[in-house]
Amino acid sequence: MTIPQTSAQIEISDSSWPHLSRPSTSLISEDVDGRDQRGHDDLDRSSPTNLGTKAVRRLPVQKDWPTFAIVTVQVGILVGIIAFWEIGADTGFIDQFFWSHPSAIYHTLTIFFTTGDAFTDIAFTFRSTILGFLLGTFAGSALGLSFWWSKNYAAIAQPYIICFESLPKLALAPLIVLVFGIGIASKVAVATALTLVVSTLTTFAGVKAVDPDSERLFYSLGASRLQVFRKLVIPSCLPWIISVLRVNIGLALTGAIVGEFIASQHGLGRAIIYAGQTYDIALVWVAVSVLSALAIVMYVTVSWIERMLHKGVKG
Amino acid sequence: MSSTKLLIDDVSMKFATAAGAFHALDQVSLSVARGCFVSLIGPSGCGKSTIFNIVAGLQEPSAGRILIDGVDATGTIGRVGYMLQKDLLLPWRTLTDNIILGMEIQGVPRAEARARALPLLRRYGLAGFENSYPRALSGGMRQRAALLRTLLFDTDVILLDEPFGALDAQTKLRMQEWLLALWGDFGKTVVFVTHDVEEAIFLSDEVHVMGTRPGRIIATIPVALARPRLRACTATPDFMALKERCLDLLHSQAVSPIEEAA
Repeated sequence: MTIPQTSAQIEISDSSWPHLSRPSTSLISEDVDGRDQRGHDDLDRSSPTNLGTKAVRRLPVQKDWPTFAIVTVQVGILVGIIAFWEIGADTGFIDQFFWSHPSAIYHTLTIFFTTGDAFTDIAFTFRSTILGFLLGTFAGSALGLSFWWSKNYAAIAQPYIICFESLPKLALAPLIVLVFGIGIASKVAVATALTLVVSTLTTFAGVKAVDPDSERLFYSLGASRLQVFRKLVIPSCLPWIISVLRVNIGLALTGAIVGEFIASQHGLGRAIIYAGQTYDIALVWVAVSVLSALAIVMYVTVSWIERMLHKGVKG
Repeated sequence: MSSTKLLIDDVSMKFATAAGAFHALDQVSLSVARGCFVSLIGPSGCGKSTIFNIVAGLQEPSAGRILIDGVDATGTIGRVGYMLQKDLLLPWRTLTDNIILGMEIQGVPRAEARARALPLLRRYGLAGFENSYPRALSGGMRQRAALLRTLLFDTDVILLDEPFGALDAQTKLRMQEWLLALWGDFGKTVVFVTHDVEEAIFLSDEVHVMGTRPGRIIATIPVALARPRLRACTATPDFMALKERCLDLLHSQAVSPIEEAA
């Protein structure tokens, strides 16, 4: 009973799906007594025919869509989501209490920017993010570079750095707020804690990657350690230091917001917590949107700075 | 070619390895006269690079001394120009600024160093690339720049460790002639390491053949060919005879291929 099935399977697969033929025949032949032998027979018979009918395969080429088509689809998706949300909320399909809806969010947005203290909040979050970013990046890079000076010092410090890296620094945020108070200092401190370690480790990796032959060249020219450090180590590590900037701006923003979540009088993070606790879901969305806009602006700026610096480094 | 410029005096080098002490160099002595061009040839692992590291002060020998102008220079850096096989041009510096690196480290102000480098750059085939970055240059040009950097570093002795090893055959020949022209102009004392017997004979006043395990000098062959040398001299019977002798010496050293693989 099973034998004609098997052969029929082969006939079909030979003509149209050569690559599917093997698994399907073996599956069926497993039901048959003495399947081992038969299975081998199937393979032996099918392989020459497979070669003969092997499909001609071309290099897959993707067609590039024109930019306007891409943008149209992107905008379309956004409009679609908003429309779905609005209509869903109107028809009761989406619960307005939990999700609010776009027109209410827009209304809250206008109020937020006209009567609320939007700009105080934005400035507060922006300032703590930038300060944390700068402090963490500079101190981290300096720390990473300092490891070049002494292998012993680097070896002693390494376990501590790795511990601090694996530590969930945000878990320390309540402690940091307790120590630094509810003002801007605690937000800067959390942002710094997040960015510092990444910068340190990346710069240290850069230090370890300094070309030993170049170092030999410098010493053969009679260079002092300071000269090697200034003229070789710092320039070779710069691309590493720069590569962290984009990651760090995101981390600094996260740190600043978490600091505000815990205790703060200002900031977009505080606005989100406040709105959530008073069930003002529209305000949560407004704050989140403004935060995203701020994040994008900072990210784009840092990416631009990064490109400029890279140009400077590579000439 | 009067007085001894560089004297490698009974230098030995031992490394402690897991398998016991490894004898990299065994009582190597070599005296190089002022303004001379000498080559070291030998199989890989014969300690040529170790000799250079010791002469450049980058390694302390286990025994022996390095004398430059009769003064003990063992373990001191910045006494000789040292060029490695890699050009080691710094990618963030322009060609000019790469070439003045040695002078800059010695404390020559940048502007002055540039002023000294520019005419040489133009004279020795790098005109038009003064402000280019190294990645824009061909391998031969990068190597020229590296060599100029070594020459402009104000020392009388320069060590060249297979400087043309990575270049293609044609570029290599041109670079050899270019190097001879430069050597004629600068009058430096050159020690040159190479794997290429023909290159060694064509360039040198003296070829030192090294043996391996432990690294030592097994023969010194003076090259009496007239200078300036033209490429055609490599086809003369004298040149052939020298080449034959060097190759024989190297072959007498070589372990059989099977043994080497094991």
